[in-house]
Amino acid sequence: MNSTTTQFVPSRRMGLYEPVHQMSMWGDFRNTLLDSSPPPELMLEVNANLDNQSEDTTSQGTFAASHRNDQEASKPDDKVLRRLAQNREAARKSRLRKKAYVQQLENSKLRLIQLEQELNRVRQQGLCVGGGIDTSQLAYTGNSNPGISAFELEYGHWVEEQNRQISDLKNALHSDMGDTELQIFVDGGMQHYFELFSMKVMAARADVFYIMSGMWKTSAERFFLWIGGFRPSELVKQVLSPHLDALSEQQRLDIVNLTQSCQQAEDALSQGMEKLQFILAQAIADGLLQEGNYLPQIGAAMNKLDDLVRFVVQADHLRQETLQQLSRILTTRQAARGLLALGEYLQRLRALSSCWSSRPREQA
Amino acid sequence: MEKIGKVASENGVVIFSKSTCCLCYAVQILFRDLGVQPLVHEIDHDPEGKDIEKALMRMGCSGPVPAVYIGGKLVGSTNEVMSLHLSGSLVQLLRPYQQTNLSSHD
Repeated sequence: MNSTTTQFVPSRRMGLYEPVHQMSMWGDFRNTLLDSSPPPELMLEVNANLDNQSEDTTSQGTFAASHRNDQEASKPDDKVLRRLAQNREAARKSRLRKKAYVQQLENSKLRLIQLEQELNRVRQQGLCVGGGIDTSQLAYTGNSNPGISAFELEYGHWVEEQNRQISDLKNALHSDMGDTELQIFVDGGMQHYFELFSMKVMAARADVFYIMSGMWKTSAERFFLWIGGFRPSELVKQVLSPHLDALSEQQRLDIVNLTQSCQQAEDALSQGMEKLQFILAQAIADGLLQEGNYLPQIGAAMNKLDDLVRFVVQADHLRQETLQQLSRILTTRQAARGLLALGEYLQRLRALSSCWSSRPREQA
Repeated sequence: MEKIGKVASENGVVIFSKSTCCLCYAVQILFRDLGVQPLVHEIDHDPEGKDIEKALMRMGCSGPVPAVYIGGKLVGSTNEVMSLHLSGSLVQLLRPYQQTNLSSHD
């Protein structure tokens, strides 16, 4: 019986493309498993002849009849016999490769389940890096992007160091430490934030969407996201101002001006971002419902993403400038209290996220 | 470069920009918020645009746009503008050129 339909799983619907598709998947396994592999044309024939070992369905199909009836060892028949043997061999190798490939898939699946379980366990112990990596988004981890993996690792260390600095600062403020010594803690705290901004700039160049989505942050922190981080004016208004005491009149005025300038700068950047969104959407939507592929539109959109990186860099610069201005306006003691307030605020946000994610679920 | 100097000295506040640059747009918005109508010179619509771009980069504008000139002098790019604004210095620089009433912020 002469069969030309391919007999591969998973899908018979793939039709014409299927053999080629299978071939490209198994290509990697060729070298690891077998010393030689049949040429591509032969592979196609194999697909059609997996279980059929008696027919040669090549374009030289006229040989079929002579093969069946002619048992003499004539030259054309030798060729045919050899070809058939090669077909069988190729089919066998093909089945082996497929088996190996499926085996590797199974192993990967098991590994993925193991990783998910480990991640859950570590999260429950409260040791997880950043805490912002949701297992439901495991498919996205930064593992495919070394710049992002590096950032997540560094961020984990950053948070640990942050927690240490917060308790050091608390102790320092409760002690009778002088201003000179206290200033060292203040400078250290500020520097720590500046390091975070540098890390974020590098990560933004690796994957700006990652930064824009606040992927490394916990869920409550992400709620307050503004261009990849906290909104500096909110910081001044909500976290710092209410907890700064003994401000002089000049200081009060300076803080008001700083808040206003900050808000104006934020508004300008926000409007610039809106324009960028508009332009990006326009580029992607250009020429919908037309013939041809969308590669030009994707290309145009990719170019515009460079602008997005610039916005993230600018927003972090604004955060840094705000902190620096504050350290100029405030006394050492006030700045220390401000840094402590900020640190505790962020700790509370992270605690809220933990609490939220571990709240008892309603039974369905 | 001559053209830059000419445009800068003939206009109080100049922003060298590109029509596709959204960060340039953000700086324009900020200036308008501060009651200033800057001259926006789009170098991608200027036949000498490439030369202007090179000159700006040589002067240290990494963007190279936006490049802001106030009173004929180069102030810098977005970083410099933001730093000056947060320190309160930008408003002082712009005071001679403020045309409209300052918009108020709550």
